[in-house]
Order: sequence, then C-alpha cells, then structure tokens
Amino acid sequence: MEFGPYLMLATLEGAVTAAVLALTAVGLSLVFGVMRVVNVAHGEFFMLGAVLAWWAAGLVGGHPALGFGLAILVVPILVGLIAVAADVTILKRIDYDPERTIVATIGILYIIQQLTLMTYGPEARPVEAPFNTRLALPWFEFADGRPQIYWPWGLSTTSYKLGVIGAAAAVLVGVWALMTHTRIGLLMRATQLDREMALAFGIPVERVYALVFGLGAGLAALAAVLIVPIQQAHYLMGGDPLLLSFIVVIIGGLGSLPGTVVAAILIGVSDGIISVFFSPTLAKILATLLVALVLVFRPQGLFGARRA
Amino acid sequence: MLEVKAINVAYGKAQVLRDLSLRVEAGEILCLLGRNGAGKTTTMKAIMGLLPLMSGQVVVAGEAISDQPPHKVPGAGVGYVPQGRRLFSELTVAQNLEIGLAANRSGQAVLDNVLELFPRLRERWSQRAQTLSGGEQQMLATARALCLQPKVLLLDEPTEGLQPSMIEAIRQVITVMRERGVAILLVEQRVDAVLSVADRVAFIENGRNLETVSADEIRADHSIVERHLGV
Repeated sequence: MEFGPYLMLATLEGAVTAAVLALTAVGLSLVFGVMRVVNVAHGEFFMLGAVLAWWAAGLVGGHPALGFGLAILVVPILVGLIAVAADVTILKRIDYDPERTIVATIGILYIIQQLTLMTYGPEARPVEAPFNTRLALPWFEFADGRPQIYWPWGLSTTSYKLGVIGAAAAVLVGVWALMTHTRIGLLMRATQLDREMALAFGIPVERVYALVFGLGAGLAALAAVLIVPIQQAHYLMGGDPLLLSFIVVIIGGLGSLPGTVVAAILIGVSDGIISVFFSPTLAKILATLLVALVLVFRPQGLFGARRA
Repeated sequence: MLEVKAINVAYGKAQVLRDLSLRVEAGEILCLLGRNGAGKTTTMKAIMGLLPLMSGQVVVAGEAISDQPPHKVPGAGVGYVPQGRRLFSELTVAQNLEIGLAANRSGQAVLDNVLELFPRLRERWSQRAQTLSGGEQQMLATARALCLQPKVLLLDEPTEGLQPSMIEAIRQVITVMRERGVAILLVEQRVDAVLSVADRVAFIENGRNLETVSADEIRADHSIVERHLGV
C-alpha cells in the first residue's frame, strides 16, 4: 500500500484521540477558567467514568447497546455528583486557595485511584461497543490519467470510531451553547471574569463552583465512556489523559474553550500520525516540547488573552 | 436606611477598620473622605460582605445583611459601583445589565428606566464592555448597580479619570437617585466634587471615625477639610 492510505488511517485514529481529548481537556479548562483550580484529580474522574461504565454496562443483559446506553446516560452524572461532593467537602473548606487545591486534588487523585484498586481490582476490562460495523475506506489511484476510486485491502475503520467523533463534536457544541446562550452560562462567565463582582451582584459563586467542578468531571467521565469500548477500563488509565489535557489546555490558552478544542485537535491528530509512523513515545516528546515552546514564546497560550 | 455599626475588619493580620460607624438616611448623600489608605474602599467591601467582619454589624432597612452570605447582600437592595468600574469585561453591555437585573429579579420596566438615565448604553447594546470608552464604562457600571433597584447605593470614586462632561452626567444621575429616596454612600477624592453633591461628610483616618459634619458647615468653613486631610 502507498503512503496516502496510511496517512488517512493515522489521521482517523488521531481524530478519535482528539475527540476524546477535547472533551476531557474542555472539562479541565472550564474548572481552571472559572474556579482557578488546577485539578490534578481530573484524570481520575476520567478513569472513574471508564470503570463505572464497565459496571453499568454489566447491569443490563441483552444487546450491548442497552448496557452502553445506560452507561453513557448515568455515568457522567454519577461522576459529576462525586466531584460536586469533593468540591463541597474539600475544596470549599480550603477557600479554593491555589496552592492548597493542588495538594488537595493530588490527595483526591490517590483516594479515587486506590479505592478503585481495592474494589474494582487491577484487571483491565472491556465494554462492548453499542455498534461496531467494519467500514472499508476508499482510496483513489490514477489509471490511464484519470483518478479512480478503489478499496485497498485492510484499509478500514469502524462505525463506532466515527460515532465517537460525532458524539464528542455534538457534546462540544452543547457546551458552547450552554456557555454562550443560557443564563447559567452567563453566570459562569461572569464568575470567571470577576469573582468578587459576581458576588456583589448576587451570583451564588459557591454553587456556580460546585456546578462547574461537577460539569468538568462529568465531561471527563463522558469522554471515558466513549473511549472504553476501544481502550478498556483500568485503574491506572487516568495518567495519560491528565497529562495530555494539561498539554492541550496550556497550548490552547488557560481558560479559553475554543483554544482548548483547537489544541486538542492539533495534539490528538499529530499524536495519531506520529504514533503510527514513528512511535507513541516520540509523539509525547514532541507534544511536551511544544508546551515548553508555547510557555517560552507565548505564555498566554495560542488563543489565551493576556490578563491585565 | 444604611447603618454601619462599629465594624472591625482586617486583611489577614493587618487591621484596617476599627469600630467604624456610619449612618446614611434614605434620600441622603453621605460622603466618605480620608487620605489614601484610610479604609474607604475597605468600608465599601465590608458593607458588601466581600470582607469578613471581626465584629460589628451592617444593617439595611432594619435587616442585618452582615449575618447573610455575601451573594444575598445585593438582594437586600445594595447596589455597588466599585472603584475601577470592574465590569464583566468580555460580556456585552446587555449581558452586564442582565446580571444586574437578575441580582434583584428586576424586570423590563426597571431596565427601561435605567436606560432612560443612560441613553448612550442603548447605542452600545451588544458591544463588549471592554470596548467602551472610560465614560461609557462608568455609565455601565452605574447602570448595572441601578438595575437592582437599590435602596442603598455605594459609589467608589465614580468620576475618577473622566472628562468634565461625563463627571457632570454622573453627578446628575446621583442627584436623581437621591431625589428618588436612595441612600447614597460616596467615596470621592476631589473635595469640590464632594461639596457639590454631598449632604454630610464623614471623615475617617486609619480606619477610625473622625467627625461627621454637614456639607454646609464645610462650605462655610473650609478649614475643616484641611484639618482632616492635611493638604
């Protein structure tokens, strides 16, 4: 097979990574943007999403779509509620102090991780995809000077992977609409811009914070539910999404949602392509290098506004 | 209408306000005068509940607002125009006012009324707050506070850095609010600007009350100002 089809396949794989990463990173970015909290436990909410998806899917028999459907409806809400509880019982008590929240969320990270190990165990377990048709992909060649479409052997993807990309895009549009077109989005943005003035104009900032923390964790959990039919649930799976989310949020500009999405696509797709043609390690090295360059030459991120 | 009863406030270990008391009646403008660092802005923040009180009480219309969480204070009818305007910079004029309206569940009639005072804001309706001129931003900050139909209005240096025509416009709005029976607490640096609107003047120093005198007394005897501000 020539180079072109490989590149298309790698790009598609990268797009799946990008879709899941965008959801996870937007959650992290929301929490940082509105609450100024660096949530080190974000990856564990992702992991919880995957593990709980396995549990929820196991509750229902019959067609795999039933179990998966239950998981995708219930798990993000469940994880969101856990996060709200963590916010109210821990982060609120330490007044959202920047340094102490980092230490506190590291603590939450280990608590969630070890509790999962104690209950769910060290195994990696799959969740069956709700639909998983193999789709052959076309490519074109030049025969007699005219382009012709043909179907190279082995060049295929699955309907589920395309579904993940579509679902992530739909959720991101939903988040955007929530932030720009609803009353609660307006309150969230006002809180982000000036917490003290938000209070002075009657916005219940503590409730907004709890909601944002829950929403951020819910997005991570949703991303995990989407990826778990491809990747399997494991109690240590939260590390990579956390690292990549931080990379994406820094490159995109802290607290900027459009920047986060663009950076997620950039990092996700290049990660896919570099992993296929070279190695996954090289992909991570380059992404980290990019973060370093962004921090040196454009500290506010590609899309971030300089704070006055 | 507004009563500040012997409040003590500290930033960490540095105490800023010491047994400070103020009283503003409905339809009255009380001006707070003092040197830099005397605690004028701190007093306003303390009234808004943005700084915790070590002791003392803030009462609005008979209700102890200092016993409530900070986000309930605007609901009791306290409008705040902070120093430096502090608009929600990335939000539009309309959205800034919407937040003001939401604070006290005010309706369209209130908004129309406020926009009558500041017709310029209608022209800038869907513009972001940060793109407005300084004067327009001050109008918006004031309008945002008026949107919650305040019984008490706190104005922290509302004319700072504005051109004379704009200062006059703000001054007129303040006078209109007084006529409508709003209790106004004003912090202002320029003594002449104070004397043109104030009913009474409260001097403070190092977070303590000095004397509180009527503006007429100062107009008659300007040495009171020099004695307390030491210019």
